[in-house]
Amino acid sequence: MLFRCLSKEGFRDLVEMTLETIEVVGPKEIGRDKDDNPIHHYLPVSNPDELDFDYATTEYSAKTYFLPFQENLSTYRFDEDDWTQDIRYRIQPRAIIGLHACDINGLLKLDKVFARDFFPSPYYISRRENTFIVGIDHEPCEGGFCRSLGTDTVTHGFDLFLTDLGDRYFVAIGSDRGFGALQKVHAREITDEDTHDYLTERQRLAGLFQAEVPVHDLGTLLDIEFTSEVWEKWGRKCMSCGSCAMVCPTCYCYGVMEKVSMDFERGVKQRQAYSCNLVDFAEVAGGHNFRPDSTTRLKYRYYHQHRGFVEIYDEPKCVGCNRCGRTCLAGISPVEVITDLQMDEQT
Amino acid sequence: MKYLGIESQRPKIGVFDFTGCEGCQLQLANKEETLAAFLSCIDVVCFREISSASGEGFTIALVEGAISREDEVERIRWIREQAEVLVALGSCACFGGVNRLKNDFDLDEANREVYGDQPKPTLPVRAINEVVPVDLEIPGCPVSKAEVERVVQHLIWEVPFRFPAYPVCLECKQRYTVCVFEMGELCLGPITRAGCDAPCPAAGLGCWGCRGPAQETNFEEFLSVARERGFSEDEIVDRLAFFGGFRGIA
Ligand code: SF4
Ligand code: SF4
Ligand code: SF4
Ligand code: SF4
Ligand code: SF4
Repeated sequence: MLFRCLSKEGFRDLVEMTLETIEVVGPKEIGRDKDDNPIHHYLPVSNPDELDFDYATTEYSAKTYFLPFQENLSTYRFDEDDWTQDIRYRIQPRAIIGLHACDINGLLKLDKVFARDFFPSPYYISRRENTFIVGIDHEPCEGGFCRSLGTDTVTHGFDLFLTDLGDRYFVAIGSDRGFGALQKVHAREITDEDTHDYLTERQRLAGLFQAEVPVHDLGTLLDIEFTSEVWEKWGRKCMSCGSCAMVCPTCYCYGVMEKVSMDFERGVKQRQAYSCNLVDFAEVAGGHNFRPDSTTRLKYRYYHQHRGFVEIYDEPKCVGCNRCGRTCLAGISPVEVITDLQMDEQT
Repeated sequence: MKYLGIESQRPKIGVFDFTGCEGCQLQLANKEETLAAFLSCIDVVCFREISSASGEGFTIALVEGAISREDEVERIRWIREQAEVLVALGSCACFGGVNRLKNDFDLDEANREVYGDQPKPTLPVRAINEVVPVDLEIPGCPVSKAEVERVVQHLIWEVPFRFPAYPVCLECKQRYTVCVFEMGELCLGPITRAGCDAPCPAAGLGCWGCRGPAQETNFEEFLSVARERGFSEDEIVDRLAFFGGFRGIA
């Protein structure tokens, strides 16, 4: 990988220059919760000071800049007995600055599904290709288990990746686009001192990340524990609200519906994010529901994450960010569910 | 007006109000950008809010409000006899609505409290479906005009329509609201039927359940979620009773 060193002022210039031409999105504090902890969202910023790189995590992942909760797939116009269709992809460029490794890994997983699989999605690809991504190293967030899944570091899927060395950034270059951007702000070649400082910082950070839960052989474990009481225990608590899938950086399920305008002259085909925990997720024509119980639905969410996806792509569909666990009012979190399964298997 | 080459029959619609605030009727006249189109695909034969037309011969009755007087019982029976399709419009018609809170008090006492020494004839509040059969219920306080439009499209052209089965939380998340529980507020979102686009949590108020229960509710877990966060039984019960949608569950 190519590396450069960029002063903090140089980075500021880079953000300001970017802001002159395109939208810049990054971690922004939007308020405080009842215990006075800051709450961050990835939102458009209007100047570099609004970017808060000290954020621990965001309530929502950045996936919706690539897979919006709602998206118009096509619009129609009806004329007498004929109709015309209009399809638009989002092509306006955008920069997302300050993503953590887990979220970039999340995008890499979405890439496999929407950019490289049998049915690549032009809607996704146009957003992905037109988004400039700058990642940043950080200390672990509370409750995250990315280390267990190997998603605490990332080697591609970004344009630039920053490591804060106090007065300067050590920058990994992930694309020609990233390289070009750095040239504009006169990033310099790295010195031995930079490399030394970088390795020291990387080592410090690596020491902070601990594996929270062993996940190797999870696929097999899930098979062994298919009828486990553990699913009853947690599934009975599930309120089938879908919040977990909405905040998850890798959940991508959706429904498609058509709407007609009130004057019956136009129609729209819309994609809306959905979740496998919702009561009618597996309902088919005729009203038969293959997964009428919250216990089975919760189980299959874990099956998709840690077994089904692994079978197709050789990696789990989870980056260990624990957004689902934090957002779940019923307190259902992957670390606890997986730990329970492991204990169940040992007894 | 044609849709996919088919000319529509403009169905005759009657709009009727019972015990309620007329907010749902007002919603029908709302959403100016599509109001003309809305009115041109139906034939309003009876609607105090926007037309002076009044008459019989309606096939679809949109009914707002709950039943709380003897004369209302008679009128809703008459409407039921006339209408091919009777639609209950709004939380009052669907569940009794805020009016239903009255049922927790002694009826005479409540009457005196409100009307002093000129008491009015009154009955315990009932939802429309407790008095006559209802074909379709559009909950909400007030109803969402967009949803009413889709129901009307469904009734005229059989454009597929389903109420969301899932609870408010999904729509709340889809507008990036910070969960009000994190702010120390109570919210009925996890057990209330979505379809409103979750405006109340977005305003920091929490959901008050005006759309009634979602298709499936995990009431037991909801109670422990609320209790664990320190909400008292009274707070929870009051919230659940507010629009009358959770009777039978709560
Ligand atoms: S696991 Fe939690 S967040 Fe997910 S659907 Fe169930 S209750 Fe909702
Ligand atoms: S399943 Fe949970 S922990 Fe895993 S990526 Fe999704 S939100 Fe993060
Ligand atoms: S099936 Fe469930 S776990 Fe899998 S992507 Fe869909 S919502 Fe997420
Ligand atoms: S604010 Fe209410 S509706 Fe929104 S996620 Fe929280 S509980 Fe659900
Ligand atoms: S959030 Fe709750 S109270 Fe508010 S409109 Fe929706 S269902 Fe009604």
